Amino acid sequence: MLKNLTIEGTAKLLKDKKISAFEIANSYIKEIKESKKLNCFITISEEVAFDAAKKTDARISENKKIGLLDGVPLAYKDLFCTNNILTTASSKILSNFTPTYESTVTANCKSQGAVVLGKLNCDEFAMGSTNKTSFYGPVINPWKSSDKDDELVPGGSSGGSAAAVAADLCVASLGTDTGGSIRQPASFTGLVGLKPTYGRVSRWGTVAFASSLDQAGPISKTVEDAAILLEAISGHDNKDSTSSLKANEQFYANLNSSVKGLKIGVPKEYMSDDLPEEIQNFWNDGKKILAKNGAEIVEISLPSTSTALPAYYIIAPAEASSNLSRYDGVKYGLRVQEKNLIDMYESTRSEGFGNEVKRRIMIGTYVLSSGYYDAYYIKAQKIRSIIKNDFDSAFKNVDAIFTPATPNTAFPINREEVDPVQNYLNDIFTVPANLAGLPAISIPFGLDNSGLPIGMQLITNSFEEQMLLNIAKNLQDTLNFNVQPTQWWK
Amino acid sequence: MNNNWQTVIGIEIHAQVNSKSKLFSSSSTEFGSAPNTQVSLVDAAMPGMLPVINKFCIEQAIKSGLGLNATINNKSIFDRKNYFYQDLPQGYQISQFKDPIVGEGTVEIDIDGKKKIIGIERLHLEQDAGKSLHDQDPNMTFVDLNRSGIALMEIVSKPDMASPEEAIAYVRKVRTILRYLDTCDGNMEQGSLRADVNISVRKEGDELGTRCEIKNLNSFKHIGLAINFEVDRQIKLIENGDKVNQETRLYDVSTDKTRSMRSKEDAHDYRYFPDPDLLPLNLNQNWIDEIKKTLPELPDTKKIRFINDYKISEYDADVLTQDKSISEYFEDVATNRSTKLSVSWVASELFAVLNKLNLTIDKSPINSKQLGSLIDEIENGTISNRAAKEVFEEMVTSEKSVKDIINDKGLVQISDTTEIEKFINQVLIDNPDNVQKYKDGKTKLLGFFIGEVMKVTKGKANPGLLNQLVKKKLDN
Repeated sequence: MLKNLTIEGTAKLLKDKKISAFEIANSYIKEIKESKKLNCFITISEEVAFDAAKKTDARISENKKIGLLDGVPLAYKDLFCTNNILTTASSKILSNFTPTYESTVTANCKSQGAVVLGKLNCDEFAMGSTNKTSFYGPVINPWKSSDKDDELVPGGSSGGSAAAVAADLCVASLGTDTGGSIRQPASFTGLVGLKPTYGRVSRWGTVAFASSLDQAGPISKTVEDAAILLEAISGHDNKDSTSSLKANEQFYANLNSSVKGLKIGVPKEYMSDDLPEEIQNFWNDGKKILAKNGAEIVEISLPSTSTALPAYYIIAPAEASSNLSRYDGVKYGLRVQEKNLIDMYESTRSEGFGNEVKRRIMIGTYVLSSGYYDAYYIKAQKIRSIIKNDFDSAFKNVDAIFTPATPNTAFPINREEVDPVQNYLNDIFTVPANLAGLPAISIPFGLDNSGLPIGMQLITNSFEEQMLLNIAKNLQDTLNFNVQPTQWWK
Repeated sequence: MNNNWQTVIGIEIHAQVNSKSKLFSSSSTEFGSAPNTQVSLVDAAMPGMLPVINKFCIEQAIKSGLGLNATINNKSIFDRKNYFYQDLPQGYQISQFKDPIVGEGTVEIDIDGKKKIIGIERLHLEQDAGKSLHDQDPNMTFVDLNRSGIALMEIVSKPDMASPEEAIAYVRKVRTILRYLDTCDGNMEQGSLRADVNISVRKEGDELGTRCEIKNLNSFKHIGLAINFEVDRQIKLIENGDKVNQETRLYDVSTDKTRSMRSKEDAHDYRYFPDPDLLPLNLNQNWIDEIKKTLPELPDTKKIRFINDYKISEYDADVLTQDKSISEYFEDVATNRSTKLSVSWVASELFAVLNKLNLTIDKSPINSKQLGSLIDEIENGTISNRAAKEVFEEMVTSEKSVKDIINDKGLVQISDTTEIEKFINQVLIDNPDNVQKYKDGKTKLLGFFIGEVMKVTKGKANPGLLNQLVKKKLDN
């Protein structure tokens, strides 16, 4: 009964009183403890989870009306500050940090009765697409190749958020997406991953990576669950100046799977001979399905696509270099004691940050330096507006854009690292939506010949998440992809 | 003093915005609270915290801009100024770099009756840092974040000043304007207003010289002394064939000298960039216009009005308008009363007391109503000017009303002709010799008789009446 629960499914079980929230939580906590090999969790918040579950049970026994999230076991990327629960951003520098406050996003889930099982491993400060940069070690993808026994990356940075849902260690999870950090791992693990419109979800209380790009979003087993979670975490927050004033929407209630009459664009710049044939094939399948279901597929052009990645790798590190200045050993987190201030800064930050974080701080510091600022940062901002304009023009003609989510499938954790830029290419399809602030979703399409999940991406115009979810549901319902990884890790 | 040398001075004033809460958080800005008791999660730069602009601080900046005759920019941008220091929790200060909220303006100063316009380059908003406490522990530095995040206005002048006197007059004038507007309390001792002074020297007609910046001057006296020292230092350097190095200097109050803090080469690269946590600040012109309507009468206008309405000298008008509270006090007193008496009682007697007690007019032991009733008693002849001084002295320490003091001290003036004549007759009888001398032509003795009458009446005889009556008696 407890296999592969969805939010919808859990809510129904609880409503019908088939099982108690406590029993569900208990069963998940047990699974988590037995699945430590995957290294998904940094912290298991057992007591908090049981406490919340008991409260749900009390509400149910008092016949109070309960919402869809009430009693549902979730887990959060360790970037969301959680009151009284260790919050590390997967970094040594915050390895002793327990907030006294709750991020808006997780507070929203909490107030709707969600049960938090714990905090999920991720790339350090969300910088990476492999989950290998975590101070707590790599997360292991529950999926394996049918032909090789290598342990694979779950993608990143929300690697723990994806792997935990794929291994069914929680019903759904929350991640953050700065350049693809929700969609890429969702794609690598056969899940639905949604990055909302910039401003749809409050950033308050979420450890910042790149403020103008970061958005929190759900990783889930179904499009329906993505709709439920998006609705739960969205809405204006006056503690975040970049939070949109738009009223929240009922994404779940308004979900339908019709694509009739929609025009869906396929950008020619995303087609490449380098794209693996299997990904190419699924992409073509998707176009056929959408066409068959009543949408019109049109080729479009997003001419500046090739400049997106370089621009992103200037803007994101620039903001990060400044955002991470606060981790200085003075107020909280790791402090390596030294005889003077400068030495204390150097030792604390040298020991506290991992290599990828240091690399990005250096890049960011460099591109903001006087004499280089115009050539890099200003130029990147110009490119960003051009990319936004590309999308604006495209959305004059189409309702949504359909692309692959990633240029590859999950790869071995011990793959030799030649060049960090190679890893940055993982984000090639996902980054443009972040630069333009657009909502985008990654949906599982099937398995490649080695049995590894492949995901496709949909992008819509700002605040068109409902349409995004509807198209995704159409694809989901038609594809009927419902395969879980073999449980090899227990 | 130095032949052919010209001094060029530009000033950056850091004025703390008068606001109950900080620029980007709701923490209190109260001065003098226990360390770290006014620190929100945002002020301490906890992970995931975000700044939210305090609208009132924006309003105060707009008001200040309007008071400085400056352009208000409808769009301005908050930038991050990045540097590491223990009392800067974020690792960056949120400030405004390329696009400040207020653009160019002007301030008029007055040096010995000569007017001069000083240009304002810009005014921008920024966060204050915390305070490092180095004296709490032999090995550690402690940090107090109460000040962290408090709103400051940085007001940058053009290099339009040519002497310490002009520099002081400029800072004083800006302070007066801000205090009139209630946008900064101008308290220099508490650091609510401090100045960074940029100084260079050149020979008449030459290009601008290399400038040095003297940081954090927090009194008019120090501004003057620091400029004098620095000008001499720079001239000596050049006259000895050396060069002035562009650098930041500190003024040492114990030696009255400036010393190098850091050179241009050591200057930080602040890596300014627009703060992605804050949207550009777009100001609605209607709102700016609304604020404009609420501006109080400013010192220059008020001064002209005082000169015209009260027919007082420019000097008196200047003294009485240098502070909003003083000007209001004066107007309270002067309304429907003798201007001459009002000016003299406020500007000499009251100011002397305030100076002696080191009090501002708001803390004056005698309020405008009380001083007004004292003047009333002089005007209606109840007491003499001399007696009034005695009453005034008593008023400084006493809670009693003016009337009660007059009665208790028996200071009511004798203005009854018959009564005064009685005293005069007695004095004439007692001094027959002098009466004779007077009648023989020694009319200077009039003063003697008046003095004698004053003596016997203990000074209470109405002086005007007395004078008239004695003369009449003797000339008969």
